Amino acid sequence: MTKLLEVNNLSISFTQYVQGLNRHDSKVISDLTIDIDESEIVAVLGSSGSGKSLLAHSILGILPYNSNVTGEIKYKGEVLNQGLKEKLRGKEICLIPQSVNFLDPLMKVSEQAIGECKDDKEHDEKKIRQREIFNRYGLDESVDDLYPFELSGGMARKVLLSTALIGNPSLLIADEPTPGLDKKSVEETIEDIKNLKEHNKGILLITHEIDVALKTADRIAIFYSGYVIEINTAENFKNTDNILHPYSKALIDSLPRNGFKLTEGVQPLDEVSGCPYYENCPIRLDKCENNIPKLINHDGIMIRCFKYEEANDES
Amino acid sequence: MIKINSKKLVKFFGYKAIRLLILLIVIAAISFIMIQLSPIDPVKAYLGQRIVSQEQLAIVGEYWGTNLSLSERVIGWLQTLASGSMGFSLIYRVPVTEVIVQKFTASLTLMVVSWIISGIVGFGLGVIAGAKEGTLVDRAIKTYCYILQSTPTFWIGLVLLMVFSVYLGWFPIGLSVPIGQLSDTVTFWQWLYRLILPAITLSIVGIASLTMYTRDKLISVKNSDYFLFAQARGESFWGIIKNHGIRNILLPAISIQFLSFNELFGGTILVEQVFAYPGIGQATVAAGLRSDVPLLLGIVIVSAIFVFVGNLLADVIYQYVDPRIRSEDDE
Repeated sequence: MTKLLEVNNLSISFTQYVQGLNRHDSKVISDLTIDIDESEIVAVLGSSGSGKSLLAHSILGILPYNSNVTGEIKYKGEVLNQGLKEKLRGKEICLIPQSVNFLDPLMKVSEQAIGECKDDKEHDEKKIRQREIFNRYGLDESVDDLYPFELSGGMARKVLLSTALIGNPSLLIADEPTPGLDKKSVEETIEDIKNLKEHNKGILLITHEIDVALKTADRIAIFYSGYVIEINTAENFKNTDNILHPYSKALIDSLPRNGFKLTEGVQPLDEVSGCPYYENCPIRLDKCENNIPKLINHDGIMIRCFKYEEANDES
Repeated sequence: MIKINSKKLVKFFGYKAIRLLILLIVIAAISFIMIQLSPIDPVKAYLGQRIVSQEQLAIVGEYWGTNLSLSERVIGWLQTLASGSMGFSLIYRVPVTEVIVQKFTASLTLMVVSWIISGIVGFGLGVIAGAKEGTLVDRAIKTYCYILQSTPTFWIGLVLLMVFSVYLGWFPIGLSVPIGQLSDTVTFWQWLYRLILPAITLSIVGIASLTMYTRDKLISVKNSDYFLFAQARGESFWGIIKNHGIRNILLPAISIQFLSFNELFGGTILVEQVFAYPGIGQATVAAGLRSDVPLLLGIVIVSAIFVFVGNLLADVIYQYVDPRIRSEDDE
């Protein structure tokens, strides 16, 4: 069966000039593999500023010009090239942006939700749809004429969500939908996103909030230093015994309800020749220092660790 | 629709009126004192080459108030101004207000036409350069702007005159009416025909700065989150430039254009001189060269008002058109 979205071995790097004319490729995403089904929420969980958003930008084809991309993205079995991305974005694949800054400050929100139209007829049709969706989220007609700066936090979130739904997409990408929101708004956002799943939509949730990922997603991909090190079900994340990667375990152990257990160490900033977690890993092997493990399937869990590679070999 | 809050409007204009009044008093006083401290002698300027006796000289001196102290003279000048009179022009032998009204209207058409040309061309070039940032088109426009920016207006005027009037013979060399014709018998087309070269020259001054400003603003819009989101929503590039780019840079660009009234006025003086166009610029130069103190002071005050109005209009646009500022203190 073809998946809604498949990302295979995606790497994104940027060419920079450091100290004059020395070209330097800085890798932000390395060998990322992930897939999303219809009616499924997959979270990419990683620290803020680690480049997770670039995955979203890459799917939508809006990466800056100095980026180099390798790997493959497929949508409903079809390879997503730039042309197809431009055709599908805003219609089949939609982005739910993180903040009100993603709205034009001088345009009324209803017009922004409707977006670009070829003629008046299309505009009228979309206007009806916009009203319908605004109603669904409890935004009455007075909201239509507001400018983004006039929206309250909760309204802004709903408007942002509505903008993504006008085109009735199959795949939604929510990029940090809960930045700095209070507890109640976070709960609401989680409910809204889960609700979309009921409407047969596939959702890629990009976040740095562990709890949001745990409560919302079906599967969670742990993003560490540019690599996806583990993709496991949200169910398994409830119990550290069912999580394979030592970093994922440390992450869950650090939650307040699990005793705030602190693990020393930081993510490497520069590219390393071996496993990105080598420096901090309690179960490291000699070969981890200079060899990068591949993302493999171990009992249905995707894991990037030599320990499980060996375990697979033995069995 | 733009909702106007009348209470705010009254407050806004009341505040601006007080500012204008203070500005005018200060400018009138300072420019008057500067003239008094300059080597211009009003008695000599009035008499010119005529030979008069000592007694007559004393009478004229008394009429011009040379025996009064500086402070008395300043107060006298401000009082006369307050009564609405700017004195009597020595060159034209009519009240200063009359000269200014006549000359200023002639210049105003020149200024308005070139202001509109520079606004449209400058903004258009800026949008193209900004949208096509880094391409050959952008670099060509940028180079063109740098060249314009560093070229003196009068020199451009001279070059245009040489090319289009002398070599090609397309346009007249100067003056606002054909030689040997009375100004009230001039047809609209004759008048327009003679306005073209000076207006183009004057508009060139404003184009470069507006283009660079617009380009810069559009590039910052292109780097904004909402531009990225519009792309992510599948809007076309030029659609985004039109719907989000121009929407966000038009207001600041118009304000910049209003704020350029001072450059416009300064440019007029040079352009009118090159094209022998009889407007306020020519009158200013004549007043300066021939020591027509009342006219010079009158022009100083009028130009101050002119620039103030430009700034005021820029302010009004921000206060009443930009929805973010408009509603700030509506409650």
